Amino acid sequence: MATDLATLQSGARVAPREIPHTVSPSLWVLAWRRLRSDYVGMVSLGIVAAFLVMVILSGTGLIAKDWSREVGVNYAPPTFLGADIEAEKAAAKEKSEAASTAAAPAEEYKSSVVDPIGDVIAELKGQKPATAGAPATSDEGKSVDPLADVMADIRAGKTGRGEVAAEERRATLPLGGDKWGRDVLKKTIKGSETSIFVGIAAALVATFLGTLFGAISGYYGKWIDDFFNWFYSIFSSIPYLLLILAVAAVLQQKGIMTIVLILGLTGWTGVFRLIRAEYLKHKAREYVQAADAIGASNARRMFVHIFPNVSHVVLVQVSILTVAFIKSEVILSFLGFGVPVDVVSWGSMLNEAQNELILGKWWQLVAAGTAMALLVTAFSLFTDALRDALDPKLKGRAGA
Amino acid sequence: MSTQLAGGPLVSVRNLRIKFRLDRHTEFEAVKGISFDIAKNSTVALVGESGSGKSVTSLAILGLLPPENSIIDPASEIRYDGRNLIGLPMIELRQLRGADISMIFQEPMTSLNPVFTCGYQLEEVLKLHMGLTGRQARKRAIDLLREVGIPEPERRIDAYPSQMSGGQQQRVMIAMAIACEPKLLIADEPTTALDVTIQKQILDLIADLQKRHHMSVLFITHDLAVVGEIADYVVVMRNGEIREQGVAADVFERPKDSYTKALLRCRPQLDRRPVRLPVIDDYMGDSASADHPAGYSENLRLMMRERTRGVSASDPIILDVKNLGKSFYTRDGLVGRREFKAVKDVSFKLPKGKTVGLVGESGSGKTTVGLTLMRLHEATTGEAFFEGQDILSMSPRRFMDYKRRIQIIFQNPYASLNPRFTVGQILTEPMLIHEIGSNAQERTDMAFELLSKVGLPEVSFYKYPHEFSGGQRQRIAVARCLTMKPDILICDESVSALDVSVQAQVLNLLQDLQDEYGLSYIFISHDLAVVKYISDQVMVMNEGQIIEMANSDEIYRHPKQPYTQKLLASIPKGWHAD
Repeated sequence: MATDLATLQSGARVAPREIPHTVSPSLWVLAWRRLRSDYVGMVSLGIVAAFLVMVILSGTGLIAKDWSREVGVNYAPPTFLGADIEAEKAAAKEKSEAASTAAAPAEEYKSSVVDPIGDVIAELKGQKPATAGAPATSDEGKSVDPLADVMADIRAGKTGRGEVAAEERRATLPLGGDKWGRDVLKKTIKGSETSIFVGIAAALVATFLGTLFGAISGYYGKWIDDFFNWFYSIFSSIPYLLLILAVAAVLQQKGIMTIVLILGLTGWTGVFRLIRAEYLKHKAREYVQAADAIGASNARRMFVHIFPNVSHVVLVQVSILTVAFIKSEVILSFLGFGVPVDVVSWGSMLNEAQNELILGKWWQLVAAGTAMALLVTAFSLFTDALRDALDPKLKGRAGA
Repeated sequence: MSTQLAGGPLVSVRNLRIKFRLDRHTEFEAVKGISFDIAKNSTVALVGESGSGKSVTSLAILGLLPPENSIIDPASEIRYDGRNLIGLPMIELRQLRGADISMIFQEPMTSLNPVFTCGYQLEEVLKLHMGLTGRQARKRAIDLLREVGIPEPERRIDAYPSQMSGGQQQRVMIAMAIACEPKLLIADEPTTALDVTIQKQILDLIADLQKRHHMSVLFITHDLAVVGEIADYVVVMRNGEIREQGVAADVFERPKDSYTKALLRCRPQLDRRPVRLPVIDDYMGDSASADHPAGYSENLRLMMRERTRGVSASDPIILDVKNLGKSFYTRDGLVGRREFKAVKDVSFKLPKGKTVGLVGESGSGKTTVGLTLMRLHEATTGEAFFEGQDILSMSPRRFMDYKRRIQIIFQNPYASLNPRFTVGQILTEPMLIHEIGSNAQERTDMAFELLSKVGLPEVSFYKYPHEFSGGQRQRIAVARCLTMKPDILICDESVSALDVSVQAQVLNLLQDLQDEYGLSYIFISHDLAVVKYISDQVMVMNEGQIIEMANSDEIYRHPKQPYTQKLLASIPKGWHAD
């Protein structure tokens, strides 16, 4: 199919006799021109593009790579507030010192309680000075303490928490710090990466499935359509959250790709219905009958002839679903079904902010909330502009 | 109507200019300063092809132009009853619209609300504008339905629009329009969507109502033949300008303007069959236009000669259709299905190099015959022998070879070309599928050749369909068929959606191709004049059956079946001094 199209297009491009011609604008070019004259649409596109650039930079590790380093004091306030109350800063410092000194007795106490494995602990402790810096992943340690790996990571400084004392902690951070003194700005950037990546990837998966099923169902009709409709009805009769939990249980592991799969596998139904209707409509159109008349195969009619004519619907759906899935990811992570603990996303930030808010530390909430609101609003406005540009008739203005 | 003054017109349009804002920078002037009068108690016809600005003018009179992108020049005047309608407040305009000026539209099916009964919609108008009570309104509604010729109005008043035929729906629309005794009735292409027999009835009804109610009618149409039947005064428009206006007799018998002359002659006549149809350029002077290749000086000579048509028994037969039948099934309940026979037992022979016309009203099954022969629908019964092979029963794989040789040109050139393909892609795709031409170079060369053959500049190759007019698009569709070197071409209402002048060009093109390549045509149309012009043999279809078949001159001169006679009698005859 793809090669067919390629040869077709190359066939059209080869001009044996040079005829002076201006390049005619394709419908996509015309749509782009309409979009460009849409002020709101272009501003939103700019914002979305800025977010995407940020995501790419952060994804390639150019910025916010060290988001988990504890660079500030606990709950460092945003710089624009200033290190507001000197006393609070001092208190925080004192508190953190107290916490670190308290850690040792606690460990002592713990080891004394857990008698049966007391000697193992002692052994581990004895090893500690020797293996400091290297991951302590002895089998014994694992079998005893389920958190041994994590502890080892922490000790090895993988998550950055180990370097607490090594450097001077800053009193204020650009957008404040969280409970451990991590930079909220960097967290927000890293969280954007996660949330936007999940949103876009899941939207692509869902749209791909929905488009494929919808095309087959709408184009072939009859029992194939019946089958897909039955499948669709079953799928959409299960409450959304339950379905997500079920898929999560089947996939067994937490991770970003799991979230993408969950959202993608559950989100195709809307696209399916829309694309199916489009195909039902288009397959009766004369240009498709004409394609049949010239002998084009079913697959060719479906994907070479009809698909470009419904692709604007698909594009708008990707855009709508991205927004919806970004929100879904936030909700899932907020509820704790989302990304794993060592990954930050807007949802997990909001989740943390829940507890911080009681202490009056509002900056993490505001940072994550603002970033999300900005992107979602811009993306939605851009989607509207995109739809208007792709299908000017939808604007509802009766022309001449 | 109480004061019948011979002078003072009911509506006078002066220097009307309307622009449309296309986007932020471009404007399009749809109406360029026109002036005309609608006299009291008369019918004025506004005639023009698509894009002439006739509908825009009528919408301006009603104040129905979309305010966000239309601009009416402030110097324009539309005087009604001494008042200038332009700039009149919305409330006064709305009162005028219901009571004094009303309108009927082209599509009765979309103008009536499908979820209310016809009676309800009619009574609503009466209650709103005439202040009648429920019982009075119902009585008046029944009277109105009787007046517009709905049988058994007492019973039919409670029918839903979907329970009525297209003609009856249009009658209900007319009843609503005249319910408040308007002084001006604007009819925008009221018969274009209707069959020719229904069209006749509706035209008679409008003429009758105009006389009885002493109203004025502004009749908007593209069809001069219809105008001849109904109008007192004719205004001919083109590209937003008035080309000619005058009393109907003058315009029809002594047209002064070249465009009016062209319009009158481009349409195939029932009593003449020139070798070539005159096209608009023959009259407009710019005969060396890029659209037309060469040899236009000799056209005038060809236009004067008559072409003889007819099929004789000795003609070789290329396609022999026997007992063709096609049923459609709809689901009825859980397992049952209901059969609808669209085509019943159709048999005919298509002679090589000739044209067989297929005429019928909507729903007669004529399009289904065409689609079934192409196997775009699978036939239910019957055979079609093409070179001794039954193309209806062979496997799809074997049929591919024959598919190439039977091609179809659809009705709507706006819908039959894929808008996402360039013309080059449209033309090279069939060659690619059928492996015609050994490489891309050869196919492209052939596409260029065909473009000039159908009278399009070669640069069209790089353009998209939306950059072409309707007639040009139909040429592209013809060229696409020609890429496969077909033997049989099915023309399914191929010229029906085109303007009269463009229609003549496409008919000439089809005729040229037949003369050159010996193509055989199955020409499907509801337009009897066009079928008479292009066909050697004519078949009349009604309710899925062929009821009469004869050589075209014969059938028009001596129709045997009553249905055929009725069809022929309904054709608008144009202007007749009577």
